[in-house]
Amino acid sequence: MTHVGVPSTYAAVAEALAVLVLLSEFAMLRAPLSRSQVHLYSFQSLVVTGLAAFVAADRHVPGLYAIAGISLVLKVVVIPAIVLRLLRDARVELVPSHRLGVASMVLLALAAAVFGLFVVGSMKVHSTSLPTPALALATAAVLVSFLLVILRSDVVSQAVGFFSLENGVSVASLVVAAGLPLIVEVAFFFDLLVAVVVFGVLMRVHHARTQTLSTTVLDRLRG
Amino acid sequence: MGWDLVLLMVVPAVAGVACWWAPVSVGRAIGLTSGVLTFVLAVLLVPSGHAEALGSWLRVDPLSVVFLVAIGFLYPLTMAFAVGYLHPAGDPDAVARYHRRVLAGLNLFCWAMVVAPLMNSLALLWVAIEVTTVISALLVAVDDTPGATEAAWKYVLIASMGLGIALFATIVVYYAGSTVLGNGYELFIPQLLAHARHFPSQAVRLAFVLAVLGFGTKVGFVPVHTWLPDAHSEAPTPVSALLSGALLAMSFYAVLRYFQVAVRTLGGTFPRDVLLAFGIASLVLAALSLSAQRDLKRLLAYSSIEHMGILAIGMSFAAPIAVAGVLLQVLAHAAAKGTAFFGAGSIVRRFGTKDMARIRGGIAALPWSGPLFVLAILGLSAMPPFGIFRSEFQIVEGGLSDPQDAVVAVLVVLVVLAFAGLSWFSTRTMFSPSSGQTAVARGEPSAWIVGAMAVGIVALAVLGVHPPGQLSQLLSRAASELGAPR
Repeated sequence: MTHVGVPSTYAAVAEALAVLVLLSEFAMLRAPLSRSQVHLYSFQSLVVTGLAAFVAADRHVPGLYAIAGISLVLKVVVIPAIVLRLLRDARVELVPSHRLGVASMVLLALAAAVFGLFVVGSMKVHSTSLPTPALALATAAVLVSFLLVILRSDVVSQAVGFFSLENGVSVASLVVAAGLPLIVEVAFFFDLLVAVVVFGVLMRVHHARTQTLSTTVLDRLRG
Repeated sequence: MGWDLVLLMVVPAVAGVACWWAPVSVGRAIGLTSGVLTFVLAVLLVPSGHAEALGSWLRVDPLSVVFLVAIGFLYPLTMAFAVGYLHPAGDPDAVARYHRRVLAGLNLFCWAMVVAPLMNSLALLWVAIEVTTVISALLVAVDDTPGATEAAWKYVLIASMGLGIALFATIVVYYAGSTVLGNGYELFIPQLLAHARHFPSQAVRLAFVLAVLGFGTKVGFVPVHTWLPDAHSEAPTPVSALLSGALLAMSFYAVLRYFQVAVRTLGGTFPRDVLLAFGIASLVLAALSLSAQRDLKRLLAYSSIEHMGILAIGMSFAAPIAVAGVLLQVLAHAAAKGTAFFGAGSIVRRFGTKDMARIRGGIAALPWSGPLFVLAILGLSAMPPFGIFRSEFQIVEGGLSDPQDAVVAVLVVLVVLAFAGLSWFSTRTMFSPSSGQTAVARGEPSAWIVGAMAVGIVALAVLGVHPPGQLSQLLSRAASELGAPR
């Protein structure tokens, strides 16, 4: 007898991991300390890595093990280490960067997440690798990462916003593009690494010039 | 002809690495040689319009060759301009380091832009365009001024977020393709185009909108254009010329690839309407902003947004002549905008400012680059006999035959408004007599700048008066590949 509406263990675990990705995005949005944001990004990347390994094991997609391995090294270890080193060198712990109060930010993020969940949830997407609600959760995480960049005015939040956007897209790709050729995935990672290095260079330049990590001073160019 | 593509992929990269290590004079020669070689290799592809290499991972068709020629043309001209333009003062070691950084960066930037149209896979096209962002962001910041730092941060952040959306588009189009081609296919463009009419329409619709919004961030479509005036005005002028003349078009190339897939799946109406909306918004904002600028390079930046808007509106017309006009405009805009930025660089060198209120008597101060700058502005304003006159004429003709009379009327009015803004400022800066405070000595900063501008103007005139036959055929073939009935 089939239990209609009851998800399999696989689907439940996968969706729980996707929910964790979205929740960590919310936590990044409201975290007051830059260092906490980086740690949360590292945790979110670990969840994405775990999700990739989980799909690889259950759906027998060996290429995803390689993706999970690269993701573990790059997104869980290397990228957070680069940003934490910048923070250590800058000797800055707390950058007042909330453009809105925490409650307003979270409410806005909830609205964006609900929008993403319903819009993408209404699409008829068929996936053999992951349950399709994961795609809606990934879209919601992407939208919240946009809010992170818009609503926080410091370079660390904005850079972490971009990196976590990539995590959201990674989850989406696990749902609808799990078979993407390895060469393409490796190119994506290489590209992300180069982008991280450039973000790091520009963050250092910004700090050296302004002695702050806040972006509120970037208001010369208008019109 | 596969060796041609491999050389195109290798030569500018090698030049970039060599410039990093070589003495400055050798680096300049390497950059110029690499630029000329790249242009020759791109032109060699014009007659056939097709080539493949490395197991089809590299492939060009007439559409990609058009963009390769545009980049290949601007590459050596910019390197020549840079020889005359880059003269920072200060400690010799620091100057040499600055030169090496800029020369290496310019070559690597051109390399990334050359590689993008060679990519047969939509995923690797995205990678190449993201690489152009990271390299050019460093180049925008290279002057290490407060303005450059601000512009570079805004640029890398906004463009990267836009490309994040474009990455989502890549994933969604992969999904659409996988419903027909199965998992594990390479996202090769011919594969996608051959099967696109069987793809699920909802997914392709989403992918196309995401692609226009995502890659459109780098094209400079309104409302995701906000990085563009800052980056163009604060970057060193050779970088501004490449950003405006080549990079925007290269990102538009990515939009066109998604357009090709979308028209096969959805028919022409939806993709054209999306481009029309972005095109009109861009043209309106640029036309209005042009008359409110004080900074010479910001003026040219808003002109770029205007031209990208015209390209999008041109693509919204179904007539093949309009599409051919769009592709001709890509080439003509590369020549005109490159030359205009070179002229702006010459003015900035002579007057020591970008503030147009403090620039007077440009024609008298700059006997060669002054008139050439005025010609470039006239070319950008679509005056005959230059290439943009011909291309916009084709676009308007295509619009009238589509028929899209109301859109054509809006297009013509806004182009005239933009012309008024451009010509008002250029006339004031170049022809108004200089007073005591703005007077400068007569003379050219460098013959290299004049030479680069002269070549640009000649090319612009050739494109307007009589484009080479094989180039016209290439444009027609590319237009027929892009076109689809409404």
